[in-house]
This record gives sequence, structure tokens and C-alpha cells, in this order.
Amino acid sequence: MSTSSRWCQLLSVLFGLNTGTAIADYALNMTQGVTRTSQAVYDLHMIIFWICVAIGIVVFGVMIYAMFRHRKSRGVKAAQFHESTTMELVWTLIPIIILISMAIPATRVLLAMEDTSDADMTVKVTGIQWKWKYDYVDTEAEGLSVISSLHPDHNEARQLGADADLTAFGDTYLLDVDNPLVVPVGKKIRFLLTAADVIHSWWVPDLGWKKDAIPGFINESWTIIDQPGVYRGKCAELCGRDHAFMPVVVVAKEPAEYAAWVAEQKQAAADLANSADRVWTKAELMAKGEAVYQTNCAACHQPNGQGLPPVFPALVGSAMATAEDPAAHIDIVLNGKAGSAMAAYRDILNDVDLAAVITYERNAWGNQASIVQPAEIKAQR
Amino acid sequence: MSTATADHHGPARGLMRWVTTTNHKDIGTLYLLFALIMFLVGGAMAMVIRAELFQPGLQLVDPQFFNSMTTVHALLMIFGAVMPAFTGLANWLIPMQIGAPDMALPRLNNFSFWLLPFAFTLLLSTFFMHGGGPASGWTLYPPLSLQMDAGFPFMIFAIHLAGISSIMGSINVIVTILNMRAPGMTLMKMPLFVWTWLITAYLLIATMPVLAGAVTMLLTDKFAGTSFFSAAGGGDPVMYQHIFWFFGHPEVYILILPAFGIISAILPTFARKPLFGYSSMVYATASIAFLSFIVWAHHMFTVGMPIVGELFFMYATMMIAVPTGVKVFNWISTMWRGAMTFETPMLFAVGFIIMFTIGGFSGLMLAIAPADFQYHDTYFVVAHFHYVLVTGAIYSIMAAVYYWLPKWTGHMYDERLGKLHFWISTISVNILFFPQHFLGLAGMPRRIPDYSVQFADWNLISSLGGFVFGLSQLMFVWIIFKAIRGGRKATGQVWEGAQGLEWTLSSPPPYHSFNQPPTIK
Repeated sequence: MSTSSRWCQLLSVLFGLNTGTAIADYALNMTQGVTRTSQAVYDLHMIIFWICVAIGIVVFGVMIYAMFRHRKSRGVKAAQFHESTTMELVWTLIPIIILISMAIPATRVLLAMEDTSDADMTVKVTGIQWKWKYDYVDTEAEGLSVISSLHPDHNEARQLGADADLTAFGDTYLLDVDNPLVVPVGKKIRFLLTAADVIHSWWVPDLGWKKDAIPGFINESWTIIDQPGVYRGKCAELCGRDHAFMPVVVVAKEPAEYAAWVAEQKQAAADLANSADRVWTKAELMAKGEAVYQTNCAACHQPNGQGLPPVFPALVGSAMATAEDPAAHIDIVLNGKAGSAMAAYRDILNDVDLAAVITYERNAWGNQASIVQPAEIKAQR
Repeated sequence: MSTATADHHGPARGLMRWVTTTNHKDIGTLYLLFALIMFLVGGAMAMVIRAELFQPGLQLVDPQFFNSMTTVHALLMIFGAVMPAFTGLANWLIPMQIGAPDMALPRLNNFSFWLLPFAFTLLLSTFFMHGGGPASGWTLYPPLSLQMDAGFPFMIFAIHLAGISSIMGSINVIVTILNMRAPGMTLMKMPLFVWTWLITAYLLIATMPVLAGAVTMLLTDKFAGTSFFSAAGGGDPVMYQHIFWFFGHPEVYILILPAFGIISAILPTFARKPLFGYSSMVYATASIAFLSFIVWAHHMFTVGMPIVGELFFMYATMMIAVPTGVKVFNWISTMWRGAMTFETPMLFAVGFIIMFTIGGFSGLMLAIAPADFQYHDTYFVVAHFHYVLVTGAIYSIMAAVYYWLPKWTGHMYDERLGKLHFWISTISVNILFFPQHFLGLAGMPRRIPDYSVQFADWNLISSLGGFVFGLSQLMFVWIIFKAIRGGRKATGQVWEGAQGLEWTLSSPPPYHSFNQPPTIK
């Protein structure tokens, strides 16, 4: 989106020329969402909002009346009254009554939101700088694992100075991922939230809540989605450089479609397990490695491998990436580097992806070193 | 001192006057100038933020640098601008308002000021270190804050220095108020600015050591192998948040209680009518201070607390609306049937009441835990705390500067420019922050350098408001500069309706405010 088009848009807003779709851009209020919880939260929000508006009209009304009527320039003489225990009691007690009337519905909604019992299925959500990992821990999807990162097209468009046409993405710019979380409609889904590195917060406004994902601890939450659809959100807790670029996408499917998706994923996982045991060619590893690199590494080490020194080191010509023995290189990718932003990828990427991306780093941008096979990763885990 | 010459009461000459001064007015001036500089530096960082958010996509800065802009903007504004400005006002005003010659501990006073320039130079120097400035948000939540590179210990040390400065300043305020009041000035005859500062000083002494403890634990977690906040070693990252907000929530009242005192001084002057409900104002201030210690976890509704905890912190937080409401109702009753005029200090005071109340309403909404699950960490929160801090705390400071500037300098400021400053600021600040409520409700998280296209329009409007608000503060600097240089001579009384001991002194007041204690009726 170029600067000049923004200015044109601003002018059209100022002169009331705005019509059609652009109006929708001026969203004013919270979403009602797609669950009973989100509807309850919306209703609560509106009750409190209107109470505040009513109080505001009375308080500001009295104040503005006084400012116009009780002015020295109108020749009024100031009254000198200055105490009234009765008034103090009145404006202490009335707010207390109003607050109690707010607290009752708030308590009811809160109790319902915190009740994670009787779930039909459980999904473990792990926040990782800067992606989400979803593990299906029970039901027919048990064992499935999805890593969900910002969609590569968006990732390219959001780079500093990319000057891409963001309107082409419509309303989903920075709200699209490579692999979404897929869930069935009509089921009570319990989420177990945790994190691998720093605190994240998993938030889909349409579900009506966010919950922090905290390393070393597990938080619980739940939802029942009734409508099939795609629901989008973002990480809400500042989690480092690319906090703005770790969206959440939940796809809710009808049970039959969901079952088909699970079967397809299981097959893909089985194929992958087989491929880890064979010897890969350099060309295969390089092709796969480039894709893995762009999704997982390019944010810090940059697409051209130059990094952003001094924080994010360059891989081009780095001693580790060009050493004849890849052990140290494999180690840092597997286990991360303590005290730095370099994450441990042992639970994020599989053996094939790791072998591919390490091979890529060792042979791209003019680097020339040995290739790494999935079996070597497996041995070093 | 029998050999001292008669004129030893005057200030020393040259630059060393400001380095070695123990005079409450000189130190007050230093504090206020320092706060003004920090306000402009922190404001420049806000301009970088609004410039990057002017349109979607990344145009100007790297996300890491953006994060350090939001982080350091907050640290500078809170610890470098608002707190020192209030301390500066306390230095200038408390001795004059209670009929004392100076602060009780003048050398401590000098030391607590001179720590600040070093603290903030140290903080800003981290931008030039390996890995750049702090970028984990001003709350410094671990584990993220521990990812900071070489600048980390310097930032922690800067916070320690600023904290020591605040604690010493608070001790001075308490000792001065409790020991140096003129005969006959009982506690319940003190001006409300003195009362609110007395309570604020106790809040500071109670909470700054807690912050110091929290950041020291961060330091040892990073360098000494402890794991207070790391689950891997048996610690808990959420414990940091509890400790931090046990400091942090009283801190937000530290940033607003002196403002209540300022507004309670200005309204009666320009309504020409005594403050309504003086004693209930005192009790309301004390209640707010007490409640501030038992509401901290409302900043953390989404961390996964037990339901009983969530309910307790929700109810306790809602209760704060009661004493805050009492204050607003008393102010409006003070205005009611007065004979009001609207000079610049009164405009800022009225602006404060309206916009601080708007911030109070959004605060009440945020207190509702289930709704907070949606509001939390969105621009709705950003809008809320900027309404209470910019149009609250900072508006009160500006009101105070316009109100007392003639007393301090002996010159009237330019009233026409002052009013212009108020109107430009008030219009632009609302264009800046009101749309942020909409952005937050529509789902825009805070602390992001780039956003989805549907948030573009309100961000653009907000940024335009921000640029105007930011630049219009240069007017404020110019007005102050002009009044220091010269202008219409101010009388001792300055304002027709002003009440209080400081107005019985000449403008500018003598170097040692009251050599003889005044008599209090």
C-alpha cells in the first residue's frame, strides 16, 4: 500500500466520499464471535459500556451545564457551600449498587468460561518464537502434530521496505498461516496451553478469550464452535522481535470433513517417517531446506543468510556452517543457544526438515560444506 | 554561623549553583526541566512508533527496534517524565504550602535529583550496546526480558538508581510534611496537594523496593544461575508478574494521586468557591492508596489464575471506582454554582476531569475479568492508560505549570498561547487516542509494528493526531521559556481566587520561602 493512496483515502474519509467496502474498515466494536462464550462476553461488554455511557451523560451533563451557567462573565456570585455528609453518602452508595449489578453477570460468565470439564477432545497448544505448535492428544487424531507459521507470502510482504501491495491480501494480511489448526464443529475442545521459550498468548477474538502460553506451565481453556469456518487471531503477549507475525488460524470443519482431514494427515505423517530412513540426494535436501529455512530461520538470519549482526549472526561464511564436521551445527539447531534468541528446534522440526535445512545453510549463498542426512540427525538427538 | 555574611542566603553563582544546590526551589526547577527533557525524548520515541504505524507494512524500523521504542518510551515517560515532574512540583510547592523555609533534608534532596541524569543516560546508552536497548515492554517480563543482550545489566542498574532516587525523595517529602508544618497547620488543614503527596510518598517507599527486588532477581537469573522465574529450575515466570504488579499497580496511583491534589487546588481558585468535601477527598485518597495494594493481578487475568483469585481481583478492582467517583463528584460539586473563569490552568483541569473520567470508564470495563479476556493486550488497553496518563497525569502537570509558573518566575505566561496550546493539545490528543479504543475492540494487539489492513484507517487517523499532539508540545516549551525570560509582572496573589500560603509570598518567592513561620488561622 503506497503512501499516496493512503493520503487519497484519508481525504475521501474527511470529505465523506467513503462508500462501499471501505466503510467496513472502520470497525468500532468487539466481535460477537461464533461461540456462546464470545456472545456472552460481548453482551457483558455492551452492558458495562451502556452503564458507563449513562453515568457519563449525567456526570458530564451536570458539569457542562455548570460551566455554561456558573461563569463569572455572566455576573454570578459564587456560592460558598462546601460540605455535605448526605451527598457524600449518596455518591458512595449509588456507585456501589451499580457495581454490584455489574458484578453479578460478570461472575456468571466467568464461572462458565473457567469450566473445562467434560471435554470431547484435547489439543495442546505450544507457543514458540514465532509460531504455534498444535498437538492432538486424544481421539482419532491422537499423535497428530501441526506447526503453524505465518504464511510465506505474507512473510515476504512484511519485510522491512518490501513495499508490497498489501490490499491484495484482503482482510487476512498477517492473519494467514501455512498449516492451520483444524477442529471439528460442535465438540467441546479443551486447550492445554504452554510455551517453549517465552510467554505467548493464544487469541482468537471469535472464540471470546485469550490465554497466556507460559513456558513450564500448562493453562487450560475451552471452546465449542458451532459454525464451520475459518477464524483468525494473533499472539497477544509481546514475545520478541516477530511478535506481530505469529497468527492463529482455526479451521472448524463438519465432522465428516474433519475425519477425512485427520486420515490424510495420518497418511502424510506415515510417509514422512518412511522417508527419514532413506538416503537423500543433495538436490532433494537443498530444495526442501530452502522452504524450511524461509519459514523458520529467515526472520532472524535473513533470506540471504546475512543475518542482522550483532543480534542475529550471519550464516554466510560462518565457521560453524562451513566446518567439515557438521556436529556443532546440528547441535545448535537441535538444542538452541542459551541466553540468546536461538531456539531449540528438536521438537519443532522432524529429522528430514532438520537435515534439509542444515544442508541448505551449509551449501547456499556460496557456502560449501558437507550435506547432512536425516539419519545423522536421528543419531545426534 | 556567627561569622557568616548577611547575604549568604542567596544562590551561588554560575553553573555550580545547580550542581551543589540544596535549595528546594532550585532542585524543583532541576527536576521539572529534567522531566521536560525526558518528556520530549520519550515523545520523540512515540513519534517513531506512530510513524511506523501510519500505514500497514514495515517502512521505517526493524521490529526489534520498534519494540525497544515502545519499551523505552514507557520507561522514560513513567520514571523520567511524570514521576520527576511530580517530585519537582513537590519540591517547589510543599515547603511553600506548609509554611516551611525549605525541605527537611536538603542534601539528600540534591543527591536524589542528581542520580536521575545518570540513571537515564545509562538507560539510553543501552541503545548503542551489543543487541540494542530493552525491547521486552516496560514490564520486563521474563523469560523475554532475559533475552536482552549486553545492555541488560545497565538497564537494571538504571532502574535501581531511579528507584533509589524516588525512595530518597519520598523520605524527604514525608519528613518535611510531618515535621516542618507551620504552627497551627494540623494535618486536616493541609492543602490537598500536600496530602496526596504524603500518601504518594508512602506508596513509593512501600513499592519501589519491591521493584528493586524483582529486577535484582532478573539480574541473578541472567548472570548468577538462579532460576526464580524459570520453570526449568523450579521457578515461575508468573511469579515475576505478581511481584512486578504488586509494585506496578500502586505505581499507577503514584502517577495520579498528586494529580488529584493539583486539580483540587486549581478548581476552587477558578470557581472562586471552597473545595467541596475536603475531608472526604482525603479519605478517598487514602482508600485508593489502600485498594491499590490488593488489585495488582487484574493486570494478569489471562495468566491462568484460579477462579477464586480472578473473582477477588475483579471485585477489588471494581471497588476502586467508588473512591475515584467520590473525587469526581466532589470536583463537580466544587464547580457547581461557582463563579468560574477559564484561564489556561482551569482549562487543563476541566480537560483532566472529563478525559480522566473517560479513562476511568474504560478502566472499569477492563476490571470485568471475562471481558478483559478480550480487551487484554489490545489497543483498548493502550487507549485506556493513555487517557489516564496523558490526559490525566500529564494534563495535571501542565495545569500545575500554568497555575504556578507566575509564582515561580514572577511573570505571567502568555495567556493567548496557553489557551491555544490547550485547545490544539486536547483536540489532537483525542484524535490520537480515541480511535485506539476501536482498534483494540476490533482485535488489534498492542506492541506490534505491523498490522492487518482492516486496521489501517484508524491507525492513520491516530498517527495524524499523534504528530499534531507531539509537535504542539513545542509550544508548551516556548511558553515556559517566554515566561522565564520576561512578561507581565505577576502579583503575589496572581489569581483572584487563589487560597493558600504560597500566594502570601512575593512572586517570585524569596530564596528561603518562609524565614519566619506564618500564622495559620
